[in-house]
Amino acid sequence: MEAAGPALSAETLRGRLLRGLEAEHVEVEDTTPSHCSSSFKVLVVSSRFRGKPLLHRHRLVNELLAEELKHIHAFEQRTLTPEQWEKERGGLQ
Amino acid sequence: MSGSLCWLRAASLLRRAPLRWGARPLSQAAAGDGGRGSRESVERLVRAHPVVVFMKGNPAQPLCGFSNAVVQILRLHGVQDFQAYDVLQDADLRQGIKNYSNWPTIPQVYLNGEFVGGCDILLQMHQNGDLVEELKKLGIRSALLDAEKDQDKK
Repeated sequence: MEAAGPALSAETLRGRLLRGLEAEHVEVEDTTPSHCSSSFKVLVVSSRFRGKPLLHRHRLVNELLAEELKHIHAFEQRTLTPEQWEKERGGLQ
Repeated sequence: MSGSLCWLRAASLLRRAPLRWGARPLSQAAAGDGGRGSRESVERLVRAHPVVVFMKGNPAQPLCGFSNAVVQILRLHGVQDFQAYDVLQDADLRQGIKNYSNWPTIPQVYLNGEFVGGCDILLQMHQNGDLVEELKKLGIRSALLDAEKDQDKK
């Protein structure tokens, strides 16, 4: 991991989340406005979230990305279990 | 609304008044009296009111979209009376509150002295109905309950 700052990409974050949380689905959206420090919006679906309250789930993500978050200005997250994700998708169809 | 008064700004003005000229950075001023970022000092702020928000800017003029969202969600529930602290006024507090909650971002919301989360969590609590329940525990009836009743009975 060289150049942590500007090199931070949605793909890097996605990889970290997929591996670090054994996630089955991760979406990372780079919401950085031009000429601004980086912003990201992530959706993480992992069985590791089962039985954990929202605060705890977000802490898992924050801890995993502690290094990256130092270089991220704005960070939005949603953390779902596979069941919640399934239900959400079902509801959309 | 007095609840939305920026405590830090008021305090810093009071503090500065009798001092000699030449503005000191707030962080330095704070260091002299034990440090406003210290755990004890942050704890006092967290417990100063049943609903406490650490944010960027103040409720009348939030300086960040996420801080604004938190204020708007509280207002949607009819919570006008809450204590807000502007972390942009005090670098010590800005870091101190992050250490206190072990949470890397601002805004941060506390109910009855307990850390609830940031903007994402408050938004999801708003969406799934948990916020109504949490407010009820504080003896606050969410204005959304009345709004729903007005709309139609389901």
